[in-house]
Amino acid sequence: MSTAQYQNYNGDQRQRIGTPDGGEMEKHFNDAKSYILSTTSKNGVNLYNHLVKCVSRLLTEQPRDSAVIFEDISKSTRSQEEKKEDEPNPEAEQILNEEQKPLFEKGENTDDLDEEALQSPLPHILEQAYYFEQAGIGLGRDETYQIWLALKQLVDKSQFEKLRFWGKILGTEKNYYVAEVEQNADDEVEEEEENEENNENEDGKDLDDDEEGEGDEDPLPKSTFKSPPTVPKEERGTGVNKYTYYVCNRPGAPWVRLPTITPAHISLARQIKVYFTGDLTREIKSYPAYPGTEKHYLRAQIARISATTQVSPNGRFKFSDEEEEEEEGGRTNYEDNEDFTGAPLSELTDEELNGWVHHVLHILPQGRTKWWNPKEGEEEEEQEEEEDEDAKAENEPQPEQGPPLLTPVGADADIHHTKAWTAKISSNLIPQYACAFIRSNLWPGAYAFARGMIWENIYIGCGHKYATSDYKPELPPLPATEYNDGPEILEADDPTAEDEEKARAAAEQPEEAEEEEEQEENEDEED
Amino acid sequence: MGIEAKDFTLDVDLLAFSGIVFSPEQRASLQTSLILLKDQYKFKTIHLWGKILGITEDYFIIQGRQKDELKERQFLYSKDCINWNMLTPADDEAKELTLLCSGRFTGDPSHEFEVTKYSITNENTEEENVEENKSQLREEDRLAATLWKIEQDALIIPRGSYVLQPNGDVERNRTFEGLTVAESGKLPNYFHFREPIHLQQKSLIHRSALDKSLHFLDTIDEDIPKGWSVQYERGSGLVQIRSLKWLGMAFFHVPETNRFGSLYCGVGEENKDLPFMI
Repeated sequence: MSTAQYQNYNGDQRQRIGTPDGGEMEKHFNDAKSYILSTTSKNGVNLYNHLVKCVSRLLTEQPRDSAVIFEDISKSTRSQEEKKEDEPNPEAEQILNEEQKPLFEKGENTDDLDEEALQSPLPHILEQAYYFEQAGIGLGRDETYQIWLALKQLVDKSQFEKLRFWGKILGTEKNYYVAEVEQNADDEVEEEEENEENNENEDGKDLDDDEEGEGDEDPLPKSTFKSPPTVPKEERGTGVNKYTYYVCNRPGAPWVRLPTITPAHISLARQIKVYFTGDLTREIKSYPAYPGTEKHYLRAQIARISATTQVSPNGRFKFSDEEEEEEEGGRTNYEDNEDFTGAPLSELTDEELNGWVHHVLHILPQGRTKWWNPKEGEEEEEQEEEEDEDAKAENEPQPEQGPPLLTPVGADADIHHTKAWTAKISSNLIPQYACAFIRSNLWPGAYAFARGMIWENIYIGCGHKYATSDYKPELPPLPATEYNDGPEILEADDPTAEDEEKARAAAEQPEEAEEEEEQEENEDEED
Repeated sequence: MGIEAKDFTLDVDLLAFSGIVFSPEQRASLQTSLILLKDQYKFKTIHLWGKILGITEDYFIIQGRQKDELKERQFLYSKDCINWNMLTPADDEAKELTLLCSGRFTGDPSHEFEVTKYSITNENTEEENVEENKSQLREEDRLAATLWKIEQDALIIPRGSYVLQPNGDVERNRTFEGLTVAESGKLPNYFHFREPIHLQQKSLIHRSALDKSLHFLDTIDEDIPKGWSVQYERGSGLVQIRSLKWLGMAFFHVPETNRFGSLYCGVGEENKDLPFMI
């Protein structure tokens, strides 16, 4: 009531309901509110709405430290309004699901659990993964299981004698999962590959014939350069190509078979160093030019890694006693040792590294595991009957030798005063159930573990050697020696005027003498 | 960046796609050690940083941070995940020598490496001579310098995950909700977690358009040579980014969530042949 009186007292001014102070405040309030409502930023967001949103968010979420993070809330509220909602890319996930679904389908015959049906070359990957995990190596249990299913898919499709998960190679865009397979000679595929090669050779010969045909008319100088004979590749099933490798980019993706490789692939792979991208058909740009695509380079690196780092506990394999002792290249076959009961951990973690042996043949610098004498190939083409035996012995290339099979790992060359391998036990605290593992210092990523009768190798890495020095690309070859300049090909200078005078003067005198003689002769003849 | 202690058990499995795995024994020891060390040294946050493989022993590395996560970082190392030693930050000489040092870490922190520095004296004169300076480098110092270099080159964080507070501190952004699937595959959305170098060289006009509190670090797509490999795993549910310069450095991020982290598990040597290998 008193307020109303007060209002009437000051009735000439138009006021709203409330005390004069209240009135002032109300006016200020309305001014403020209209100000807040009117300010708009570029995007049409006005301060009023923004404040409303911030406060309502604070009230609903009620975070602790709300005063401290007020700026953050303001910022995120603002950015939420501006963000367009992107639909999550459904394609990638769907593709993956479609790829992986068949992995989880049971095959037709798997309902019978009898002995025959259960026999399969598929190894117990999960058990091996458990031991690897003890050693701090591996790919995680989920991924390992998916790999196992993918390997099962591979086995079900084709007939293999033995199958192994070789490892994973990390690439820049996609990765490779590699499976090592020992299969019976696959005749059909071999013929296809041979035919391709033969076709290439024939094309080469045709070109030669054409050149010879042209030579009849106007013989161009023929170059006497003979390229060094190409080292023949080892047959599938022997040496470097003993195992066949299948790769896929993801578990569930189709497995692609890698081709057999030639020694050229291996020796050139030793000279270049390129990251894998994950695309098998990519061309490798390098110097020296690599004779193949990423497929071949991958296969070559797999071969090198296998040859250097596949090891087994000493005693697991032995040479069979029935084979002849003397073979040129050394023994190439080994067999399971039935008497092997498992090496003790102390031997496996021995500092001298004698508890582990290589069971894959070393690759010679030539690119093969068995030395191939280039002279043998040449003799068929040229018949060098008259060559001295001494000269022959000098020209004979020295056979390259590598360490024989089943040599202990401790004999590997050191890298820069450090051993090439490190052997350790997987647990410091509970050694009763620990396994021994060994890892290569030359190829980081190559590991092997052993415990009792169980052992396995694996490779997880980028596929490159440990470099002690910077990579130096090979220099281009020296240019061929030039033809020595001799007077026979040099242009003679034209004689100058003085020289001609002198020559003429010198020639005239004996000419006069000759002419006189001739005249005399003629006179004689005429008579 | 490492994996923060509180996320350790869940996140460490996400890096298995890059081949980084810890044995159950190591995980248990690390879990305990992280918590104990955080209390002991009064760190604000503590992270598992990674593992450097040596010849006889491996070094496990932990990083502890104070309020300003960019500047106040300290390393601890251990050979068995149980006994930890503080690593003194490397001085400039150690950093210089480490670049020249070759050979693996042996596993013995007091091992001395012999590093030869070549310098050309009296250049362009008749007495031009290449002099050798041999110096000793302790393995511990080499380790510190290597860790510092790896952090400079290869430590990355997603855009928006750290904020620059007005007082200069760099802190974790609590409202970071993760990059979208599309964004997480693109390199400009990741920053180097180090004092910015390239940022200062950009024009002022460009810098004024950036959001100062979020975009205060260099992006990784300006590295020369481009040494990063981005891959999606599990469809689009996980992003793995691996460094090609430091083999063994792997970063993961789960898009649309706040989870990210990185670990280094390698020999501790830079890949100097990167330009040849791409």
